[in-house]
Amino acid sequence: MRGFWKLASIEFKLFLREPSAAFFTLVFPLMMLFIFGGVFGNKPQYSGLGIVDLSVPAYTAMIIATTGLVSLTISISAARELGVLRRFHTTPLTPTAILTSQVLVLFIMTTLGMVLLLIAAKITYGLRFNGNVLSVILGFLLSSCSFFALGFVLASIARTARSAQVMAMALYYPMLFLSGAAIPKWVLPEAVRTYGQILPLTHVVNLLTGLWLGEPWSDHLKEVAVLVVMMVVGLVVSAKTFRWE
Amino acid sequence: MVSEPVIQVEHLRKVYGPTVAVDDVSFEVYQGEIFGMVGTNGAGKTTSIECIEGLRQQDRGSIRVFGADPQKEIHDIRRKVGVQLQESQLQPRLKVWEALDLFASFYESPLDWEKLLEQLGLTEKRNAAFARLSGGQKQRLQIALALINDPQLVFFDELTTGLDPQARRAMWDLIRSVRDDGKTIFLTTHFMDEAERLCDRVAIMDKGRIIALDTPENLIQSLGVESRVVFTLKEPHDIACCRSLSGVTLVEQNGDRVLVQGKGEMLVVEVVTALAKEGIRFSDLRTEQPNLEDVFLAVTGHEMKD
Repeated sequence: MRGFWKLASIEFKLFLREPSAAFFTLVFPLMMLFIFGGVFGNKPQYSGLGIVDLSVPAYTAMIIATTGLVSLTISISAARELGVLRRFHTTPLTPTAILTSQVLVLFIMTTLGMVLLLIAAKITYGLRFNGNVLSVILGFLLSSCSFFALGFVLASIARTARSAQVMAMALYYPMLFLSGAAIPKWVLPEAVRTYGQILPLTHVVNLLTGLWLGEPWSDHLKEVAVLVVMMVVGLVVSAKTFRWE
Repeated sequence: MVSEPVIQVEHLRKVYGPTVAVDDVSFEVYQGEIFGMVGTNGAGKTTSIECIEGLRQQDRGSIRVFGADPQKEIHDIRRKVGVQLQESQLQPRLKVWEALDLFASFYESPLDWEKLLEQLGLTEKRNAAFARLSGGQKQRLQIALALINDPQLVFFDELTTGLDPQARRAMWDLIRSVRDDGKTIFLTTHFMDEAERLCDRVAIMDKGRIIALDTPENLIQSLGVESRVVFTLKEPHDIACCRSLSGVTLVEQNGDRVLVQGKGEMLVVEVVTALAKEGIRFSDLRTEQPNLEDVFLAVTGHEMKD
């Protein structure tokens, strides 16, 4: 893996130099937290939890969608369009190292976005947590992997960086507003909640919120199944269709 | 050329759908030479170079680089070669020093990139982002990245396309100095003057085939293209003396302007001597030597157009 860590550290710096990517991953979730937290507060109302407590797992889902679906798709397709992937391909760097470094950096950014959110929510609103830490971490990992796989599919089928961006946005925005990630599920109309089931992000929101509340995994087999299938299908499809140029 | 071939290509063929991009191409590149492929866009140069680099798989034919097959032993080859790709960019916000530091990390024993930066005149730009560099600076950085592993063989694909004439000449000097370090260079270009002045041997490609391959001098001579001497008479005079010179095939007079065409490198000397002997006064004399452009026109039957 010669060069892998150097490549990952460069990708990390480049991510932070891209203002919009860094903003939507690290700052935007905090803005949402302070706006909704400021309006509704965090008084216990649903089995001892307040609005902020329930919003934090949903905002985590939003961060996963931002990095997995938007950042990954755009950064891979842009690197391909610029010829950066092809240039790396002429060095002894292995294809796995090239792609893994991208995923690793985005995973670290996702985690960082979530940790910032948790710290801010804890300090400002006394964040409460009823679940099992290990379960939530596992749910977070599964959700991230399945969304990264989805990002790879988009990056593989898009012909240009521009079309990759359009496809990513066309999936991202409806999911953001209809899955319960940005707008709490309980304010969405019944019909939206029903049709929201076809959106992958809905399952991330439901899984992470459920685990946060301390619900057992057996209550969320449907979500787990959807995310596992999405991850496997995504990896197979992108492995078959991925192009270096 | 007695040295071992660095690259051996035999009957290379590559097809894209109905288009035959490269058709039955065979050649060898030897240690320490600058080998150039010239041809119009779409002649098959880039496809050929990318098959040799292992970026594309040929449909037929065999390729050996340092005796190894690029499709099977690419990892060994990649340590020993440096590559500059046509129209390849880096991330816009990547800084010059970061690019060098990054590419150096891919190799076991890279060169000191600080020195490379200095040799290529990029020291002042070390903290500049890639997007902020001029065309020439970007290409110099690409050369630096291609040289960072101290390769034995370097590929340059259309290195000087899009550069102004001054920057192109600076690139030629750089490429020569790379060769003088003992490296073998394989380049493609669609500039005939570049191929003529820079390359030890040139392969002319047209419609996927190599139609001529030799040193630029031999290519020009083999054509038997005649050189021309053109001058202006200071006063009207009979120029029969030029017609009788050996090797002269054509004398044209248009007012006071005279054109003498013929074979042999001594043509200009003979013409000037004859004129002096006759006491004919002339001015504005120049000679037109045939060049690679003429060779290209003669062997392909069409002009060098994009």
